[in-house]
Amino acid sequence: MSTITQTVRRVLRRRPAAALEVDVDLEAVAGHEEFPPFDIAPDDPLLTYFAASAGAVQVDHLELDSPALRAMREAGVKVVVPLVSQGELIGLLNLGPRLSERDYSSDDRKLLEELATHAAPAIRVAQLVREQEAEARERERLQQELRVATLIQQQFLPKELPGLGGWQVAAYYQSAREVGGDFYDFIELPGDQVGIIVGDVTDKGVPAALVMATTHSLLRAEAPRLIEPGRVLERVNELLVDEMPPNMFVTCLYAVLDPATGRLRIANAGHNLPYVATADGPVELRARGLPLGLMAGMTYEEVQATLEPGEGMLLHSDGVAEAHNPEREMFGFPRLLDLVDRTLGGQELIDRILDELRAFTGAGWLQEDDITLVTLQRSSGAGHYDAGPATAAALTNGDAHELLAQFTVPSASGNERIVMDRVADALTGYDLDPARLERLKTAVAEATMNAMEHGNAYREDLPVAVRLYASETAVRVLITDHGGEGDIPEATTPDLEAKLAGLQSPRGWGLFLIQSMVDAVTTSHDGGRHTIELVLHTEGDSNASHPV
Amino acid sequence: MPATPFDASVRQRDASAVIDLFGDINAAAKHGLDAAYADAIAAFPDRVLLNFGAVDYINSTGIALIVGLLARARAEGREVVAFGLDDHYREIFTITRLSDFMSLFPDEDTAVGEQPTPAL
Repeated sequence: MSTITQTVRRVLRRRPAAALEVDVDLEAVAGHEEFPPFDIAPDDPLLTYFAASAGAVQVDHLELDSPALRAMREAGVKVVVPLVSQGELIGLLNLGPRLSERDYSSDDRKLLEELATHAAPAIRVAQLVREQEAEARERERLQQELRVATLIQQQFLPKELPGLGGWQVAAYYQSAREVGGDFYDFIELPGDQVGIIVGDVTDKGVPAALVMATTHSLLRAEAPRLIEPGRVLERVNELLVDEMPPNMFVTCLYAVLDPATGRLRIANAGHNLPYVATADGPVELRARGLPLGLMAGMTYEEVQATLEPGEGMLLHSDGVAEAHNPEREMFGFPRLLDLVDRTLGGQELIDRILDELRAFTGAGWLQEDDITLVTLQRSSGAGHYDAGPATAAALTNGDAHELLAQFTVPSASGNERIVMDRVADALTGYDLDPARLERLKTAVAEATMNAMEHGNAYREDLPVAVRLYASETAVRVLITDHGGEGDIPEATTPDLEAKLAGLQSPRGWGLFLIQSMVDAVTTSHDGGRHTIELVLHTEGDSNASHPV
Repeated sequence: MPATPFDASVRQRDASAVIDLFGDINAAAKHGLDAAYADAIAAFPDRVLLNFGAVDYINSTGIALIVGLLARARAEGREVVAFGLDDHYREIFTITRLSDFMSLFPDEDTAVGEQPTPAL
């Protein structure tokens, strides 16, 4: 019923001309001026009555409490013939009094019903043609708007990525069909710093594109002058508030990076949290602040972090995390965070995110929102590792260590071989005696097994992080697990006689092997994570062992 | 190098049983190693020879399996020797002192040519 009601209402309200044409013709016969268009409310009982009527209806005979019926009577309508096409009430044939002022006869009504039967399909065809023409015009209007929005947006996206020595910068932007308001940019700042912006305007199409353009221009103008991310967002917010259309605002993350040191300062106006990928796992950088353009007088918290060599950062808009699969499940932030955990940054991270997104959404996915991804990764050779006090004794003083590899593996049985092989691969070409390399491989495999078993209880959701550094004189491998605050036990020499006599478990060789295979072993814990650090000098006695 | 699943086969040579070991000796090798040893001693050999020539990787759990096998053999008064270990694992067998209780030979012929020694 509601469908019929809405259909009729639509016909009468939005396309009265189709019914009007018929009215005019008949009224000409009757010698009346045309009726004013009737607006029949969806809940008017007259509509229900006409929908159920089989033929011509004499208006004066109806006894309904209906506003539309009263309007018809006031307009002088005497007979109404419902126009029905394929069971759908598409209009009404309204007739005034006969010229002879006599009532309509049964023959008149039969003739009218026959006329209505033939006219209804023709009117329906005319309606459909007009409907299609209107839809085509609307499509063309939307496409034109889309072209304009796309043009505006493309004007403000960077034409090229900045070349930062020692950094890999990658970006990806894909607009949704209805162009959203995503944007990103890189701004040169004094002191060889660089500003990095990722933002998202609520709403879509041209209005969003125009707000994006304004916001972008303000950020470009204020960033080099004010530098500090919090101050920049405060100023831009003040300038935007008065200009912002109703129900619109802008989320924006602004970061200032010093490429030389890896120092990063961020302020966030309600945008998605950036993820920093470290060897110890991904970290969310939380800085509080409301979106731009909502209200005046806002302040924006600033937080700092330092990206070490090999570490990276992901800035992202809603388009990925809020993508849905055919079951209407969201891709979600945890899935994104997991990808960051497995891939530290750079183009590889973007590729993995997009691969995972495609696999999640399936074929034929209609992208719901713009997608923007910006990644930064500090090259492993970008800086030198400053050996901490724990290892100072084991290393040559002042010896610079280059990060050769940094990765994580899930805590799953057998994965120690993956770690062992990846460390060996990373040392290809490094001048290390093959026998010493084999010893390092064994120590790395054993330390990884311990991390997976004792630190992470073989939970695959808890990865083991590995960092490999090398200098001219030594190789260092740091293996980190989630083992909490407890200490890793000291290695002791197993009592083989007792084991062979069945007095002790045959197990218990791991720590002993680790200690025996390398030149120095140190352990530490920080924030619920254990790290074991293995040091092997490039020079030494290949056959010597270092039993505890 | 990808992990290679453990496998073992047993054959007789003279009065010795030879267990040919393949792949990785880790926790997953326990059942296969136990079964191979049981096959090997079924014919009451004088000695059991462990052939490590096709072993890619031994971890600490694998060392523990070998210690367990050796402990069982010693309890049965049976000698176990090993051959085919590469330099790295020879070093590990030395560091762990397994070599004190299990003679190491470079190859099978040498191992077979040696006279059995009384089990310790």
